[in-house]
Parts: sequence; C-alpha cells; structure tokens
Amino acid sequence: MTALVDLTLADARIGLNRGDFTSVELTEAHLRAIERRRFLNAFITETPEVAIAQAHASDRRRRAGQVGAMEGLPIAIKDIFCTEGLLTTAASHILDGFRPPYEATVSARLRAAGAVTLGKTNMDEFAMGSSNMTSYYGSVLNPWQRHSAPEIKLVPGGSSGGSAAAVAARLCLAAMGTDTGGSIRQPSSYCGIVGLKPTYGRCSRWGLIAFASSLDQAGPMTRTIRDSALMLGAMSGYDSKDSTSAQVPVPDFEEALTGEIHGLKVGVPCEYRSEGLSPEIVALWDQGIRWLKAAGAESIEISLPHTQYALATYYILAPAEASSNLARYDGVRYGLRKAGNSSLNDMYMQTRAAGFGQEVQRRVLIGTYVLSAGYYDAYYLKAQKVRTLIIRDFQQAFKTVDVILTPTAPTPAFAMGEQMDDPIIMYLNDIFTVPTSLAGLPGLSVPAGLSPEGLPLGLQIIGRPFDEQTVLKVGGVLETAACFTQRPSLAAAT
Amino acid sequence: MSLDKATVRAIAFLARLDISEEAIEPLIEELSAILHWTEKLQEVDTTNVEPASYVSVSKLYWREDFIDCGGYAETVLTNAPESTKGFFLVPKVVD
Repeated sequence: MTALVDLTLADARIGLNRGDFTSVELTEAHLRAIERRRFLNAFITETPEVAIAQAHASDRRRRAGQVGAMEGLPIAIKDIFCTEGLLTTAASHILDGFRPPYEATVSARLRAAGAVTLGKTNMDEFAMGSSNMTSYYGSVLNPWQRHSAPEIKLVPGGSSGGSAAAVAARLCLAAMGTDTGGSIRQPSSYCGIVGLKPTYGRCSRWGLIAFASSLDQAGPMTRTIRDSALMLGAMSGYDSKDSTSAQVPVPDFEEALTGEIHGLKVGVPCEYRSEGLSPEIVALWDQGIRWLKAAGAESIEISLPHTQYALATYYILAPAEASSNLARYDGVRYGLRKAGNSSLNDMYMQTRAAGFGQEVQRRVLIGTYVLSAGYYDAYYLKAQKVRTLIIRDFQQAFKTVDVILTPTAPTPAFAMGEQMDDPIIMYLNDIFTVPTSLAGLPGLSVPAGLSPEGLPLGLQIIGRPFDEQTVLKVGGVLETAACFTQRPSLAAAT
Repeated sequence: MSLDKATVRAIAFLARLDISEEAIEPLIEELSAILHWTEKLQEVDTTNVEPASYVSVSKLYWREDFIDCGGYAETVLTNAPESTKGFFLVPKVVD
C-alpha cells in the first residue's frame, strides 16, 4: 500500500471512504512527517492539537454519514490567510502575536468541506518575493537537491514557498497558496508540484491579508491535476464580503478531466522565447508542445506584443497598491508597536521601520513615490494604461486559441543567496507569470520534467477568464504525458 | 529618474517609515535603479488608452444596504497593543 503521506487527495478520499484508515491516522502520519522535516522550515506555526481535534470531528461526521468534499484530508494554509484564533503573521514582524477573531472565506469553506488544518506555512513577507528569503521567520529549504551538489541549499521559490515545499516534501496532502504575480506558480515549478492561480474573482479574497488587491488570488497547491480540481471546487464561489468575487457558477472541475483535447488550439507566444532563455527550458517547452500535438491539439504561434512591458507595469502597480494596503500597520490596532518619542507620527514611523523588512520597505517607498503628487501620471497612470494593452493582447490571442502554453519560470530553483544583490534580477523570476496576473486570467503550473541537475521544471497553461476547466483538462494531458512521479530527496520517509 | 536625498526623506515620511542615516544612501540607489528600470514604459504609445484599475472579468454588483455585523468592540480590541475602556490607545495627539 502507498504510504499515507504519499497519497493524493483523491486517493486519500477513496481510502477514507473505504475505511482503510481514519482521518486521525492520516493526520498523525503528516504531523510526524512535519516534525521530522522541521529543518525545511516550511511552517511558521504548526497546529497539531487543532489538527487532531479536527480529524476526530471529521471521523465522527463520517460515521454519521456526513462527508464533505475535503472530508478528513489534512492540508496546510499559507500564513497570509486569517485563521480564527490561530497566529497569522504574513511572515512579518509587524504582525507579532496577531490572532484574527475571524476566518478567511476560502479557509472557512475548506474547513466546512471537512479539511483538517496542519498549520500555517512560511512565505515571503507580505507575499513580496520570489525566493521565500524575505520571511521574518527565516528561509525555507527546497526539498529538491542538485545531483552534482546536494549540499547547496536551494530556495523553494516564492512567495508561497512554505506551501510548495510542504506539499513536495509530503508534509501535507495539499496546501493553500496565494498568487499576485506568480506566487503560486513559480514555487510550484521550483518544487515539482501542481499550482493553480484561478481567474481573478473565482475565489473570495476576504480574510486574505492584502498585498495588491487588483491582483491577489487564492489557489490550490497539490501534487496532481485531479487534486487541484477537487480543491479548487471546495474553495470557489461568490462571497458577498468581497465585492470583486464573481457571481459565476462553480462547475465540477474534476468532470473536466476527460483527457480529450482533440482539435484544441494551443497558443505559443513568440515573445516568451526571449534571448537568454536557458536551453533546458526551451527543450521542455518544445516537448510540451509535442505532447499536446500528439494528443490531437493544434499549436499556433501567437503574439503578445506588450509582454516586454509587463514586469515594469507590475512593479509600479503592485507596490502602489501595497503601499496603500500596508498603511493599516500602524501599531494601533494589532501587532507590533514601538513607543518612539511619544508623538503619534514617531510611533508610526518607529513601528513600521522595525516591523517591515527591507523588501517590504522598498516596495512601500516605490509605491508611495509613484502615487505621490507630481509623479502619479508619469508612473501609476501610465502603468495602468499599459495594463490595458496587456489585457487586450490576451483578448486578441484568445480569439484564435483556447489556451496558451509557456514555461512557468525562466530557471529551475536557484541557491539561497543567489540573485539577492539586485532586486531587479529577483523580479525577473516572474517574467512568465506576471502578464497572466495583470490580465486576471487563470494560470496553472504543471511539473513537466527535470533539469540536467535533477531539479523540477514546470510548464504554464493560461486560459480564458473562468475557463479553469479547459486549463485543468490540458494540464491533465500534460501530466499524463510527462509522467512526473519523482520524489524530492528530502521528502518525508515512507 | 534619479532620486535625491530630500525626495527619499519626503516619501519616507509620507509612508511613515523611519530611515536611518546609514540606510538612506544605498536606498536612494536601489529606488532610483527600480524607477529607472520602469521608465521603459514611456516608450509605449498609450494615446486614447483607458487605464485599467482592475480586471473587469466580472461586473460589480449592488447589494442591499443593511447592517450584518457589529456590536463586538471587545473582540475588535483583543489584538490592540494598548486599549482602554473600549478604545484604542495612542500617544497624546492634542495638547
């Protein structure tokens, strides 16, 4: 029998239904794995007592015939979701001791569907980063290692780095992440798992600590496409507490996984084939195109002409929204407070200087600058207009294709300490994921192969708004063709 | 565009961030480099292009205007660093 920690959500669901094991047994197996892999630093807060209590309650419900879509399945939650009564930090010093008196809508939905909470995962501070190195609670170790140099510590990507590492290392069956410019997809690619950023509006943002409100979206991080479909279904749906959540029906996403893509048109954007893209990424991308063609799809070269402006647009708009959202951390209502010299302004300034890390301060300052009088038109308004052009590029492309296939990230996982000196080099990690975010489209990263050094590489499938079904269906075809079954070397023992 | 020290100090005050004297010089360089990098947007022709403040993949809805929560000041105050008699406590503002 497959070890409990190696099960997929879908197989664990079957095992629980058959009575092969209980939710308590499944939960305990994961709690042991978390304990033995604590050196990965994937969790900021472990919640074993909560998990065991929830698992017992789930087993009782099951005996009473009440079985939700995620019944008894242990998962991890990125520490950006407010969880009632549980420490919630967004990996920032400024939220020291914050225990929200309410639960985020998406985590409440998963709980209502029967999911068990193992803990809160590590992340880049306020989701600002692509390496998990900006966390106040320390970096996360990627459970994958380079063949030639296993001693080199690799990043899991970011910002949902703890969630990605935990799923890859078999510390949870699945995890919740959030994605603003690539924060689900890039770490999923680096850790060899499936990560889905749904369409903006598909999942409620209520109770999700805001970074850039016009871009933030919650999504599932899993080991298979079927699990992604299962979990997305449990998270999705209209929420009156989030005015941007969409009143669209939530389909049965698993039903879309037919494997049938005959005649489907797959767009391949020529602008993503930029100079300097590593040969291993190009080879994997070409392989992905061949796999989809072999399954009956047609590949069509498309143009997304404003691609080269997406990152600069993002790094104006996201910091602008962040500078506004993060104004709430003032030492008055929650979290850290530094006394200062007793004036109110001084208290604000000391608190925020002590509470925010370097990258967060940098983005707050950039955001404040581009929104300030005299610079607003030249930077912020200009970026908003370019965003319109980027949205139009995709609208144009989707007139002729059904999905778009690209690499998820320009490289495999890099080493801790690399790319740290220049913030702009770090920002380039998001080059393939940011345009999708700006256009609010669904994007899915599927593990598709290994680099020559044995590190996972992902391919990204981008779809039309609210067409996660086609995205997942194509993902399923790629998953079958790629047959990615490798375990990372630091995964929990079976 | 390259920022000068006075500008960075001014933004830092707007953002209510205390920046130490030794941190300011490297910060000026970093922020200037990021702004300079974003200036490639200026080459894009955006004549007659409407700005996008969010993605309008779905429309915004009206809802009934009613009170559906409230009356739990004590709960709201549970995370406050300092509070008294149902209020948040801040340093003296008015002399």
